[in-house]
Amino acid sequence: MLAFIVRRLLQSIAVLLAVGFIAFSMFQFAGDPVNNMVGQDANAETRALLRERLGLDQPFPIQFVRFIGNMLQGEFGVSYRLGMKVEQILVQRVPATLELVLIAALLALSVGVPLGVYTGLHRHGALSRVMLTVSLIGISLPTFLIGILLILVFAVWLGWLPSFGRGKVVALGWWTTGLTSWDGFRALILPAVTLSLFQMTLILRLVRSEMLEVLRTDYIKFARARGLTSRSINFGHALKNTMVPVITITGLQIGALIAFAIITETVFQWPGMGLLFLQAIQFVDIPVMSTYLVLVSLMFVIINLTVDLLYYAVDPRLRIERSAVGAH
Amino acid sequence: MKLRLTVLALAAGLSLAVAVAADAKTFRYATGADLLGLDPHSNNEGPTNAMKGNLYEGLLHRRPDLSLNPSLATEWQQTAPDVWRFKLRQGVKYHLGQDFTADDVVFSFARQSQATSDMAYAVASIKEVRKIDSHTVELVTKGPDPVLLQNLPLFYIMSKSWVEQNNAGTVERGAGKTNYPNVNANGTGPFRVVERVPDTRTVLEPNAVWWGNATRETNITRAVFQPIGNAATRVAALLSGEMDLIYPLPLQDVDRIKAQGGVQVMQGPELRTIFLGFDQWRDESLDMPGSKKNPFKDVRVRKAFYQAIDINAIQRVVMRGASAPTASMVAPGIQGFVEDLNKRLPFDPDGAKKLLAEAGYPNGFPVTLDCPNDRYVNDEAICLAVVPMIKRIGIDIKLNAQTRSKHFNKISLTEGNVTSFYLLGWTPGSYDSLNALMNLMTLSNRGAGHGEYNSGRYNNARVNELTDLIKVEVDQVKRNAMIREAFKIHQDEVGHIPLHQQALAWGVRDSVAKAWQRPFDDVDLRFIVMK
Repeated sequence: MLAFIVRRLLQSIAVLLAVGFIAFSMFQFAGDPVNNMVGQDANAETRALLRERLGLDQPFPIQFVRFIGNMLQGEFGVSYRLGMKVEQILVQRVPATLELVLIAALLALSVGVPLGVYTGLHRHGALSRVMLTVSLIGISLPTFLIGILLILVFAVWLGWLPSFGRGKVVALGWWTTGLTSWDGFRALILPAVTLSLFQMTLILRLVRSEMLEVLRTDYIKFARARGLTSRSINFGHALKNTMVPVITITGLQIGALIAFAIITETVFQWPGMGLLFLQAIQFVDIPVMSTYLVLVSLMFVIINLTVDLLYYAVDPRLRIERSAVGAH
Repeated sequence: MKLRLTVLALAAGLSLAVAVAADAKTFRYATGADLLGLDPHSNNEGPTNAMKGNLYEGLLHRRPDLSLNPSLATEWQQTAPDVWRFKLRQGVKYHLGQDFTADDVVFSFARQSQATSDMAYAVASIKEVRKIDSHTVELVTKGPDPVLLQNLPLFYIMSKSWVEQNNAGTVERGAGKTNYPNVNANGTGPFRVVERVPDTRTVLEPNAVWWGNATRETNITRAVFQPIGNAATRVAALLSGEMDLIYPLPLQDVDRIKAQGGVQVMQGPELRTIFLGFDQWRDESLDMPGSKKNPFKDVRVRKAFYQAIDINAIQRVVMRGASAPTASMVAPGIQGFVEDLNKRLPFDPDGAKKLLAEAGYPNGFPVTLDCPNDRYVNDEAICLAVVPMIKRIGIDIKLNAQTRSKHFNKISLTEGNVTSFYLLGWTPGSYDSLNALMNLMTLSNRGAGHGEYNSGRYNNARVNELTDLIKVEVDQVKRNAMIREAFKIHQDEVGHIPLHQQALAWGVRDSVAKAWQRPFDDVDLRFIVMK
């Protein structure tokens, strides 16, 4: 067990270094941040001075080693764009993104699972066909288009919901939440729906196909033969067994949600990490870009590590093999 | 369907009307990007500069019509060719209560002149600021400086004691450090910051003790500035009534918004001139390796390119009417602009072909047009329109459009002006033609501030000579005559191809009674009046 974890951790560090290296080498193609930091009246000397102070005059390997060194000491640098410490900015942004992702994931589950069950049970029903067709649209329309359409309908035409921003947020320590006020909650609705549509469709289709699979199995037939109510069969037995892959996928999709949040956040000017990252790219804000990428890769590494460990805990075969090896 | 929409729109309108009435004097406005920070001496960038003017003041203030007015200085006079004496306003207090004195002016000069300050250019001609008494200072320039006053609105005064208390004497940029004034503000201006969340909102309230309160034009009690990066969302926020004013308004939305009730479009010319330039110094064109030729050294070729461009088509199609075609490298309103030189060469592709043949290129030659794609209004689209026009006279032209972070490095001195043909835009920061002459029409070896964006290295002995004279000539009539002569030479030689001044477009709701659009595309809250 311990060896397994150590091995995984070492692999994770290698992954992080690789991500950092690739990201850093990409920045060389993003352009020169100095041009964005100075106005047109800055002369060549000022530019050179700034370039030197930023360490951009150094060759790429030195810049990379410096970056890793600073990172290890907990120094993430100062944003070129906002002139604030990167960790300070990230702390401000993390709650917005996590809240959005959480609500979107809940929405995707709470709508996706019942619809999946329904379409699984009534697979030839007219309503099921409609739902599947609509879900196809959900999966094929790009997020930004859905976002703009929702804004047009609910903010511009109906005037019910705000078109951008987080609305009123309440600070709980360093965490800011929009969930405690009606204003903040209203602001969350459109972006959360936009972000959840893709996952919702995915879950709907996953649950549906799993249901179809499970309903064909023998134990369901036996359960029917025993005369159990169809409610108990469908939800107590069938749905329970479809949940395992759904939970796995949902867990993994949380990472994807955070990644997709970049587009949603940009459309709704949602002050989260995704928007920050996009603005950083436009400005060639290297400290923010690099920290964000390392943070996201760290997150994925942790999620994968956790999943690996969970498999280890869940799947007895893995453990038996190990102990068998140990017994020799 | 239509009826339902109307009903819905009415309902939305009603709910809006209620919301607006409830807090009538809150002015909410948005632009594409957030401020880079609050430190007035740190950055030199559009929205950031606009915000500085609400919080901080200079000795003089520039009104929307570009005229100069007293601000922290009440009167001034020139006591020697290089000495100006300013009487400072009495009884002015900073937002946090400090008194404004001559020490602050001396201190702010030292702070703004630091090499790390991107605003240093505005005080570059000043040698020294001398304190005479607590409310009198003398500005000593490095030589006679005819444009000193033009630059003074950009010389922002900070409280010496406040800056020193917070250890922020050094302007910090990119050294891994931040400084206090970048996230906190304490000016003498008409507004003070009550809340700032970067990339989300900056909330201002009027400065109750501002010296100008008795005569101020604005009636807003609260201003909320919010960046909205996505243009479509920005427009939606205006239409839904969440915003009172947005800028810039995308050109393709102008007609749609004009047709909508409750919202208006304000359009006006900007001071920026968009132009094309060519490499006039390399002996061999970058696009013609091995040929030992640079066609752009021949004025006939430059003229042919000029006459190949159908500027009216660009104005009509690319800019949707929102541009003022120009033959001048500076916009009307800039000191030294010459009205009767503002006549373009006629659009004449056949004549252009003849000129090319005369110059020895009847079959054209290869060239690449370097263009930014995220800097000016429809910049890439302009280049995409220019390409077929130039192709039509037989030139084998390719387009290289890229992000500004890359474009400006490529064509500027940073990478050695590696371009043969490029698009650029320029606004003289001092509102004076000298700035354009120095930056665009003379070479960098002539001293600081010269040739920074003379990417094609245009060089004419007489223009050089005139530029040096214009720098120190204080007689405005003589000086204007010299500017005219220099511009005439540059125009006759087709040193660049001026295209147009782009138009500003703001979207304004009816909740705003009056908004002044300054030609440098910013919102000065002093001039916003709400209904």
